[in-house]
Amino acid sequence: MSSSTNTPTHHTSTIGSIGAPSRRNTELALLVFAVVIPVFAYANVGLAIDDKVPTGLLSYGLGLGLLAGVAHLAVRKFAPYADPLLLPLATLLNGLGLVIIWRLDQSKLLQSIHQAGNAAPRQLMYTALAIALFVAVLFFLKDHRVLQRYTYISMVGALVLLLLPLVPGLGADLTYGAKIWISVAGFSIQPGEFAKIVLAVFFAGYLMVKRDALALASRRFMGLYLPRGRDLGPIIVVWAISILILVFETDLGTSLLFFGMFVIMLYVATERTSWIVFGLLMSGAGAVGVASFEPHVQTRVQAWLDPMHEYMLSRAGVQDGIIHSEQAMQALWAFGSGGTLGTGLGQGHSELIRFAANSDFILATFGEELGLAGVMAILMLYGLITERGIRTALAARDPFGKLLAVGLSGAFALQVFVVAGGVMGLIPLTGMTMPFLASGGSSVIANWALIAILIRISDTARRPAPAPAPSPDAEMTQVVRP
Amino acid sequence: MNKPLRRIAIFCGLLVLALLLRDNYIQYVQADSLRTDTNNRRVAIERYATPRGNIIVNGDPITGYAETKKNGINDFVYKRTYKDGAMWAPVTGYASQAFGATQLEKLDDGILTGNDDQLFFRNTLDMLTGKAKQGGNVVTTLNAAAQKAAYKGLLSRGKGAVAAINPQTGAILALASTPSYDPSAFAGNTNDDAKAWNKLQKKNDPDDPMLNRALRETYPPGSTFKVVTAAAALENGLYTTADQHTSTPLPYILKGTRTELKNEGNIPCRNVSMRDALKVSCNTVFGKIGADLGKDKMQEEAEKFGFNSEQLTPVRSNASVFPKKMDDAQTALSSIGQFETAATPLQMAMVASAVANQGTLMKPYMVDKLQAPNLDVISQTEPEKLSEPLSESNAQILQSMMETVVKEGTGTKALIPGVTVGGKTGTAQHGVANSEKPYAWFISYAKLPDGSSPVAVAVVVEDGSASRDDISGGGLAAPIARDVMKAVIDSKK
Repeated sequence: MSSSTNTPTHHTSTIGSIGAPSRRNTELALLVFAVVIPVFAYANVGLAIDDKVPTGLLSYGLGLGLLAGVAHLAVRKFAPYADPLLLPLATLLNGLGLVIIWRLDQSKLLQSIHQAGNAAPRQLMYTALAIALFVAVLFFLKDHRVLQRYTYISMVGALVLLLLPLVPGLGADLTYGAKIWISVAGFSIQPGEFAKIVLAVFFAGYLMVKRDALALASRRFMGLYLPRGRDLGPIIVVWAISILILVFETDLGTSLLFFGMFVIMLYVATERTSWIVFGLLMSGAGAVGVASFEPHVQTRVQAWLDPMHEYMLSRAGVQDGIIHSEQAMQALWAFGSGGTLGTGLGQGHSELIRFAANSDFILATFGEELGLAGVMAILMLYGLITERGIRTALAARDPFGKLLAVGLSGAFALQVFVVAGGVMGLIPLTGMTMPFLASGGSSVIANWALIAILIRISDTARRPAPAPAPSPDAEMTQVVRP
Repeated sequence: MNKPLRRIAIFCGLLVLALLLRDNYIQYVQADSLRTDTNNRRVAIERYATPRGNIIVNGDPITGYAETKKNGINDFVYKRTYKDGAMWAPVTGYASQAFGATQLEKLDDGILTGNDDQLFFRNTLDMLTGKAKQGGNVVTTLNAAAQKAAYKGLLSRGKGAVAAINPQTGAILALASTPSYDPSAFAGNTNDDAKAWNKLQKKNDPDDPMLNRALRETYPPGSTFKVVTAAAALENGLYTTADQHTSTPLPYILKGTRTELKNEGNIPCRNVSMRDALKVSCNTVFGKIGADLGKDKMQEEAEKFGFNSEQLTPVRSNASVFPKKMDDAQTALSSIGQFETAATPLQMAMVASAVANQGTLMKPYMVDKLQAPNLDVISQTEPEKLSEPLSESNAQILQSMMETVVKEGTGTKALIPGVTVGGKTGTAQHGVANSEKPYAWFISYAKLPDGSSPVAVAVVVEDGSASRDDISGGGLAAPIARDVMKAVIDSKK
């Protein structure tokens, strides 16, 4: 082995040396906080709205505690060396999301327009389903490398999931334009949330096999190694599919998410910066190109550039074939009115956002009621999940695991950026949900599955290597390892 | 693969950093402007969340509040009510759940809702002791009797406005405008409120009842402006006494034209003194004075009286206009209150008050003090000198001229027994070729035996019903001015 390939191992301290602690008790301690904080928040909302501790406090607290306990026991049993932060972080976000969803359920205004009312019990049920799936993943997926076998099935599966909303009779136009929902037996499902995971499996499997070829350079240009022409095939295919999603499902978020995830994984697989440059150029060209003829995308951009104007158009009831929405401005007002410390839980007026106040726009309620401090804390929680995920990728010993972990974490980070950035007016708004916080079954179930896979990879990565067989070469081996 | 992994980690960190920066921008840098944006419904929700404080006249509130009927999703808890709303509307403005707030209701919204920063300490204390938040009060300078006299007088005459000031302090005593509106009618958030509001809009009611004529409408002041012209003549030394003969030909041809400047009727105006000219309202004499002084000196004097600038009482009054670009003929016309000269009733009351107050113009104001919910005074308005358009001796000369107008001239209907009254009538022509019915003006002040003046008043009547000949400031407007002055003097006793 050359010294250059050896270098990384010097830094990957999380690769468990023999006898590394499992950190399960750390996880348990953190989980206690992750359950207690939302319980207090729940009591706080009740006191603010009705001047009394909500009657459901005990059952809510027990429910969340039970779910967290089950998840913890499953990790303890099936993935004892897993990263100790991922489960508590996800639990905390999920719990706080439930509190805010319940808080918005109390809004008479949202009840009157059927945007809330009994979303919190449903969300709790979905959370239970999600935890069940989480346990199932840990139980059945003993080794993440098994997924590698399903590389091409995953490709087909992902394409099917992505195209489902376009099937006539199945697609549901719920979000004023973005066609990313299907309705089955009375349930609305967002297949894109699941496609995210399945695609990551496909990309990881595919890139692991092809990465050597894709890393071959033809020539140098301005300091970059340009890939060979024929190797541009895959990125162009993924790009084209993203553009198709953008055009037919009119959803910039999903499109950006999948393309971004592919570029990140391609870059990690090949270590070629040129792929990033290509990716940026292609997504820029695609976005600008589509925006030039797609009216839905244009309105989103308009609303981003001048939300006040869009608010006025909406208020004036301007009918010009485009749906004008005051939401972007309402969200900004919610954030601004929250200020540094917020109004306190239950004391804001984020129901003024109306449509999707408890799903796509839920961060605005956090902004108003918990203020800058609260939103920064939430963003840091997301940041931590992402970074723990990438750390898992660093620690993983197999390329497939590395690629899968970084793909999932990168997609998670991109989704948070796209949604939070959209709600806060940093980028144009897209119809995606805040992972764990937002009301919606698909989102919470898919994201718990994502955490389960990351936990599985991190368990494999941190698991102590089998005790080396007594070997006469042992002494020498230690000399090689500084 | 680890090198790109680390870079991706940094990239994801940057994504989060970008979100954090953006969050700081909207929740810290822009927070205040977003929070107080009038389109942000939270401003209105906050405004109606607590019983609103009152606007007070002579110790009695002219406003109140009522709990809004709860219909489940109405997020406004209390609504505003008004006593004699139509009479006080030019003072209070309105505070409507559906249509926002204006005038005092808007300017002192912070005090009335109790959210003003000046109440922060008290609110914090209340929060700690568990007391409910309350709004503070706005105590006005108005005089209820004078306001009533003004409003009643105007109602009998149709459209018009009255402004009355205490010349010694600038405190506004009456501010009436007809036709008016009752702000209670649309204070809520229901369909009835919307209907009432729509009915009052100018497009549905050509009389425009929501226009505050006392502060926001500028009328050609007509002959009442001759007081300003006389002041300019005295101040610039063109004539030094009231009884000095002016050299005014009759007929008088406007300088640089062949047009004759006419008087109303066949009145003696050749070479008469300023006193006699003011008494019968000679256009020729004051037109010539304006032309002789020139536009710059006229403009300087008019601006000393407050023309060409807005007044903040604190409710904003439109700027009255004395034109800046004119030839000599136009200057002559402007000097008798025609051409483009235009004044608000408040402006003309300021003219009368400056004369009455020995030449010193006080800044007009209508808020005496702001009170905290427990009646502690938060801020008190101190009278403030605005300018000195006349010297004391010239003011006295002009007073004697205006008093002659009331004693012997066109303003006899303003006489009050036992009180010295000085005034000036005006009948302002307007419309294309003066085709529309003229405005009847009267400005005056009352002087007590000790020489102090408690009130100066300006009345304008846009009488659509009277015939053209009947309209004269002396006939229509002077009786209203008299009643207002009398009400102020009586309430002092």
